[in-house]
Amino acid sequence: MAALTLLEARSLTRHFGGLRAVDGVDFDLAQGEIHALIGPNGAGKTTLVGLLCGRVPVQSGSIRLAGRDITRLPAHARVRAGIAYTFQITAIYPRLTVLDNIALAVQSRGAKNLAAESLAALDRVGLAGRAAMLAGDLSYGHQRLLELGMGLALRPRLLILDEPTQGLANAEIEAFKALVRGAVPDMTVLLIEHNMDVVMDLADRITVLNFGRVLATGTPGEIRANAAVQAAYLGG
Amino acid sequence: MNGGAAKIWALHLGVLAALLAAQLVLPAYHAGNLARIMVLAVYAMGFNIAFGYTGLLSLGHALFFGAGLYGMGMPVALAGWGAGAGLVAGIAAGGGLALAVGLLALRRAGVSFMIVTLMFAQAGYLTILYYTPYTRGEEGIVIDRAARVLMGLDLSQDATRYCAALALFAAALLVNLALVRSPFGRVMVAMRENEERSRMLGYDPFRVKLAALVLSGLYAGASGAAYGLLFGYVGAGFASIQYSILPLLYVLLGGAGTVLGPFLGAALMFYLIDLSSGVTTAHLLVVGAALLVLVLFAPKGILGTLRDRGLKWLP
Repeated sequence: MAALTLLEARSLTRHFGGLRAVDGVDFDLAQGEIHALIGPNGAGKTTLVGLLCGRVPVQSGSIRLAGRDITRLPAHARVRAGIAYTFQITAIYPRLTVLDNIALAVQSRGAKNLAAESLAALDRVGLAGRAAMLAGDLSYGHQRLLELGMGLALRPRLLILDEPTQGLANAEIEAFKALVRGAVPDMTVLLIEHNMDVVMDLADRITVLNFGRVLATGTPGEIRANAAVQAAYLGG
Repeated sequence: MNGGAAKIWALHLGVLAALLAAQLVLPAYHAGNLARIMVLAVYAMGFNIAFGYTGLLSLGHALFFGAGLYGMGMPVALAGWGAGAGLVAGIAAGGGLALAVGLLALRRAGVSFMIVTLMFAQAGYLTILYYTPYTRGEEGIVIDRAARVLMGLDLSQDATRYCAALALFAAALLVNLALVRSPFGRVMVAMRENEERSRMLGYDPFRVKLAALVLSGLYAGASGAAYGLLFGYVGAGFASIQYSILPLLYVLLGGAGTVLGPFLGAALMFYLIDLSSGVTTAHLLVVGAALLVLVLFAPKGILGTLRDRGLKWLP
């Protein structure tokens, strides 16, 4: 049986002045997959993700989430529709407690028992013991876990992770990979990542962007063997 | 967590009980001052909902306070409305104007919000002066004793006035406390702390800020209407820039983003002005010096500093 499509983007375009950051991209996400988005710096990864989650307005093209047209939906409404975005630069609330941070995510989806579900969401990322701490006092690795925990606590249909392993130690990366694996197939994960070991290990499919266009899409094996991708990365 | 809740209720109910007892102990002059302070503290609490919790710095709150005064005073003085209807009209005027200003000013963030609210407040002040035949402008409207009767209580009597001020203050304080401890209160703080992050958690910044501003306007309107009823005077001076700055000073002094800070700040500032103006005509210099000390040594205000120094549970 063919996988159901969660997200369909067609001819997505975003130019900044003369720069074609995203230039007519068609992009599909299958329900329940882990999909990695890779490409050289400036390839348009963050802009593409910004278009999907609504942080960057679409100039032309369309985006459908589970069949519903969300092209013109503002970012906060897309979160409610099921797209969660975790920031590349850790964006927690440093002056609030860890519990308040996670509760903001939990109450956003209209949880019935806020206190219990917040603790459960913290437990999922192993931070329940630090609930009363100020989030800004957490170590960097724990802050990234909290950020991921907030994304998971929204229970989105699509979780977008923007360079989640940046700055993490190897042991922390292993814990992170386990969390992402645990999120599917309930959620679909879109991952922007520079660490190729993480990408090759986690992703079911990979899309390679270059100069705002899709260079290739396929399984890790196919991407590794793709001549055009090798040329883009190695210079050809 | 329950221990914290018990402490919080004990503190706030204790403050209310102390204020109830104070009128029996205090000389008439100070009781009168305290009644005034409690009404002004309601205004400052409203300001704090927008500024201290949601991060909206308005320089035009006198518009909402003045709306409360005139929204109550004009129907009572010109159309012979009762005090109760006047109070409701004043509260509605404060909230309604806050809604209108918010719909326009919240489209812009940061500095422009300050300037736009300042401009609206000046426009409101000038409007009051322009319609002097109805508003009596600078001279103001004196509310007749006969009109200052609410549910059979004569608000011009000292003891009744004190109790009415305390009742309003208590209601405002408890609603404020419940608000900031509610999920919506958490979202207000989230907006202040990181708007972009909050948006990406599914909260519409415009709607959250608009709701906070309308609540703030309702508080200011209630305070203004009560001020006019309790002290019998409605004047354009209450809508001037001075009354936009006062709640900011109260809140900064007492502690922005604390429930009791506005009251503490209002009381201290009131007596600072009262005492220093007895000593020198340059009493604003004393106020300025006090603010400098505050900014240098306790920029989070008195209660904000106490919260940092160990009273973490302080809401």
